[in-house]
Amino acid sequence: MSAIRPLHLAVALDGPARYDADHYVGLARLAERGALDFVTLGDSFARPGLDALAVLSRIAPATERIGLVPTVTTTHTEPFHVSTAVATLDWVSRGRAGWTVDVSTTETEARLFGRRPAAPATDLWREAGDVADVARRLWDSWEDGAEIRDTATGRFIDRDKLHHVDFEGSAFSVRGPSIVPRPPQGHPVTVVDGTGTASREEAARHADVVLVRAGAPDKAAVIREDVRRRASAHGRDPEAIRVLVSLAVDLGEVEASPEPGLESRPELAAGGSYFSGGPVELADLITQWHQDGAVDGFHLVPLAPGRDLERIVNGTVALLQHRSLFRTFYPGGTLREHLGLARPANQYALAGGTS
Amino acid sequence: MTAVRKQMHLAAHFPGVNNTTVWADPRSKSQIDFSSFEHLARTAERGLFDFFFLAEGLRLREHNGRIHDLDVVGRPESLTVLSALAAVTERLGLAATVNATFNEPYELARRLASLDHLSGGRAAWNVVTSSDGFTGENFRRGGFLDRADRYTRAAEFVSVARALWDSWSPAGAARPFAHDGRHFAIEGEFTVPRSPQGHPVVIQAGDSDEGREFAASAADVIFTRHGTLEAGRAFYADVKGRLARYGRSPDGLKVMPGVTFVIGDSDAEAQERAAEIRRLQVSPQNAILALELIWGRDLSSYDPEGPLPDIDPDPDSALVQGRVKIADPFATAAKWRALSQAKGLSIRQTVIETTGRQSFIGSAQSVAAQMEEFVAEGAADGFILVPHLTPGGLDDFVEEVVPLLQERGAFRTEYSGATLRSHLGLAEPVWKG
Repeated sequence: MSAIRPLHLAVALDGPARYDADHYVGLARLAERGALDFVTLGDSFARPGLDALAVLSRIAPATERIGLVPTVTTTHTEPFHVSTAVATLDWVSRGRAGWTVDVSTTETEARLFGRRPAAPATDLWREAGDVADVARRLWDSWEDGAEIRDTATGRFIDRDKLHHVDFEGSAFSVRGPSIVPRPPQGHPVTVVDGTGTASREEAARHADVVLVRAGAPDKAAVIREDVRRRASAHGRDPEAIRVLVSLAVDLGEVEASPEPGLESRPELAAGGSYFSGGPVELADLITQWHQDGAVDGFHLVPLAPGRDLERIVNGTVALLQHRSLFRTFYPGGTLREHLGLARPANQYALAGGTS
Repeated sequence: MTAVRKQMHLAAHFPGVNNTTVWADPRSKSQIDFSSFEHLARTAERGLFDFFFLAEGLRLREHNGRIHDLDVVGRPESLTVLSALAAVTERLGLAATVNATFNEPYELARRLASLDHLSGGRAAWNVVTSSDGFTGENFRRGGFLDRADRYTRAAEFVSVARALWDSWSPAGAARPFAHDGRHFAIEGEFTVPRSPQGHPVVIQAGDSDEGREFAASAADVIFTRHGTLEAGRAFYADVKGRLARYGRSPDGLKVMPGVTFVIGDSDAEAQERAAEIRRLQVSPQNAILALELIWGRDLSSYDPEGPLPDIDPDPDSALVQGRVKIADPFATAAKWRALSQAKGLSIRQTVIETTGRQSFIGSAQSVAAQMEEFVAEGAADGFILVPHLTPGGLDDFVEEVVPLLQERGAFRTEYSGATLRSHLGLAEPVWKG
């Protein structure tokens, strides 16, 4: 615990809605130049903008290494479609996919579908946990090596390596197996914002990366410990979870702000932290929080990515690299490798079960 | 022949999950890796094709209670693959098959509009429906719709999607929408502005009367399957004749049969290769399985090189699940028996004779001539080519046949526009604000 853990950095591409692919390709390539772990793109059915998973799929062949993590909501969608789309993002990016699980709590969103009324966040997060669970089962429903192409017997697959998942949740059931073979990472990386109480339990059960919005290192550390404790209670290894502080950053007012630094701007950062200042001060803040051992890294949410991302990469990240706190290149190819997370074993192969 | 030749439209089908694929061929590569999709799409674009076409899979096939293992069965999800292909192509249309039974209009309209934006106006949606409770077991909706209801849902689905695409004015102003119909009651504001094509191109596959009527009312392209020039002409005349009652001109719906092809150095060599390909596609095991799909009975004790069974089909069978059901198994069985007796064919030979789709076989010269004849004779506006090899199955066609079609004036020599609608010669839909 005392040794400094590797620093992980991610950046959000969100900003005013844009509808051209080139905008997002440019930002992702910039982030990749900084060797960041991953980029995120938020999504909601009620917010202007394109489907986030489609945008990051469009970016995948235009980038080489950076992780691609769209928000995918679980309330009005089909878990089977969600699991195949995320698995496919992993295929088209050759192992760089993740997804930020989120729920749709509003009546506005419910009316866009007309299928079910709005529901309390706690119920929807329990269901989101079921979706994360069934997604993993579907990703595992093809064992590695299920494709055998045995010309002697004419069998393309070994059916003993395919499994019905037979998932029965309170809100849905899925028979399986998936139509998509197991993705390159085994499981694409699951990201959950664990700040709120409604989502924290599901974050502890299902997330590989937990985002935390906290205004001070000690608050972030408390949430991190809570997530790790809950994860242990579910039989998970807490060392296999990365906790990143989501930090809203505004690097645009560096000239205008005589006293840059951290301040509380809840209306901007939704109860989290908001940083306004220059790239060097941001590097100092990251260095300090990280050395305190409060978190495993940062998810930076620039107020204006088109403007701030260059300052983050060429200023903040360059300085952190100079201080040997952050990598200067990608030693691996997959998002799991960037995060130092193992490729998960297949739950069905482990069980040795049959379909 | 007329002075100005009618130019055909061409599309490439990524073989994926079907029994056209000859995966045992050493040149056959991955059905899943992005490199395979990229190879075929780049080849199609090099050939100036109108679009690249992906089918859909929502449930692995099962046979006799077990997962079917003789065919290629895994595939990635279409819209996500096409979004990625938009990055490595510039003009090629990108068509996804997506089921209207197991999706919701708001989400799908948004995903399609997103693809249209991200590709600069190259998105298409092949609307399919399902009445299959077996597939439904993977979805919240569960269950299934009966045959009539799935088309009313699909028709309402498409009209709601169009209303959503029209809810932004071309000038970029969003307006709230509300729809209250039999299958959907939704309201709110669509989050995506009008996309480059106005509406992504709508494709409809299906030969039934309901399917043809649905295509005549709502589709831009109809994907068909006909074995002969005569059958193709009858179909073509029928669907084109249905357009007037919807106030549409015959040019507004393109008829594009799915066809296979085999090119050889000579016609004789191509015929020989085609026969070998059919033998690989219809292996002894696959022949029995194809028969079981109709008979609905376990026929594993029958000799594939022997005569057809004389027992009746079981119409309520669930022996084969996840494949398109044969509408009238008794009539089909009777037809197969008659053919088998008349020509003295074994089970396997009968399956080879009856399950092939329209196929252009010959030297590059004669394949080009056959294709042109189909279009000139009013049997098609173009073709969706189904290669039997992944991903290189289109290479020969693009290198050898496309230049001949161009020489004959039967196919474009360059893309004249940027959008799929423009390749297909379809007008941008009028905004119904």
